[in-house]
Amino acid sequence: MATELHVELVAADRSVWSGEATLVVARTTSGDIGVMPGHQPLLGVLESGPVMIRTSEGGTVVAAVHGGFISFADNKLSLLAEIAELADEIDVQRAERALESAKSESDAAAERRADVRLRAVAVR
Amino acid sequence: MGAQLRVYKRRIRSVTATKKITKAMEMIAASRIVKAQRQVAASTPYATELTRAVTAVATGSTTKHPLTTEAEAPARAAVLLITSDRGLAGGYSSNAIKAAERLSERLRGEGKEVDTYIVGRKGVAYYGFRERKVSDSWTGFTDSPTYADAKQVAAPLIEAIQTETAEGGADELHIVFTEFVSMMTQTPVDDRMLPLSLEKAQEETGGKDQILPLFDFEPSAEDVLDALLPRYVESRIYNALLQSAASEHAARRRAMKSATDNAGELIKSLSRLANAARQAEITQEISEIVGGSSALADATAGSDE
Repeated sequence: MATELHVELVAADRSVWSGEATLVVARTTSGDIGVMPGHQPLLGVLESGPVMIRTSEGGTVVAAVHGGFISFADNKLSLLAEIAELADEIDVQRAERALESAKSESDAAAERRADVRLRAVAVR
Repeated sequence: MGAQLRVYKRRIRSVTATKKITKAMEMIAASRIVKAQRQVAASTPYATELTRAVTAVATGSTTKHPLTTEAEAPARAAVLLITSDRGLAGGYSSNAIKAAERLSERLRGEGKEVDTYIVGRKGVAYYGFRERKVSDSWTGFTDSPTYADAKQVAAPLIEAIQTETAEGGADELHIVFTEFVSMMTQTPVDDRMLPLSLEKAQEETGGKDQILPLFDFEPSAEDVLDALLPRYVESRIYNALLQSAASEHAARRRAMKSATDNAGELIKSLSRLANAARQAEITQEISEIVGGSSALADATAGSDE
């Protein structure tokens, strides 16, 4: 049995990350789900939140996805999101500022976006 | 300087100035094509993955979703036409408009009402001038569309398709855009986005014979499909907008290249005419001088005797 699976993390306008992994943990609408190599074919709706990818080299990649889908078949896993960012790319101070301003302007969508970013950074 | 020559000189100056402008526009368009092509390429993985997922749900589940099954008697179709905001791109916009006209004609022939949605100032102007009804229109981003623009365009279309036909909703969703085949070829195409035709979707993901595995749906097939289809429409519109932008730049580059070439030709023939006019002027002056001096010589010779 295969010991690793191929992951493609794609946003609407670019491919964010791709590589081999041993475990992917993401949050679907019905709860957290962990996908390991050889998992049953799966198609789910993702909640906004951090996605954790354990790479085959032993490292961990964390990304913030803002809604989207997870699909797994033939040991290929694709994470589709309109907006997806790696935790390393997220500017913490900027996200915090965005959260502050979103709270003061009571902009729910912006607040959620900033919150997702910060949570992804916290997992890292 | 003679009047004739002055007129030629003035025309040469004005054509030279025009040539400079068209040359600059050609170069700008050429540099933008590359960028637009890169954007098309960058958006492709998302579009193919999404199409694959939609195909998987639609084939793998027995659910009858309104968006994947054809209405028995479709009464209204929504047509989204993508044109450009600016002109000077040869036949780019008018070709797309013509394709939309043909499609509307065909749909009307099938007994469907047609709702038109337009992207781009040129299309809006065309329909506005003829006082045709336009359901909704968007302008200002055809040069470099973003995903947010695509979402904005998709929202009313998705709403229309989800509304019952009796209440003003649409049964079908068509899109007319200009496909970027190569630098030299861009063809206007019309495409039915919804209801989804599975054969076509399978062709797009590559491999018609590829058997899709049985998926586990999280939370359920209907919910997944409900969430997927709007995204699918958005991504298809985004892709169409990007391709149209690339086509627009390519069409503009070609149009401006031929304008530059024509200006060059014009300058060449005008300078030939100007040279001929100058030469004629000189010849005339010489003959006038010669004629004048010989007349004088004759006069003085006559008075001596």
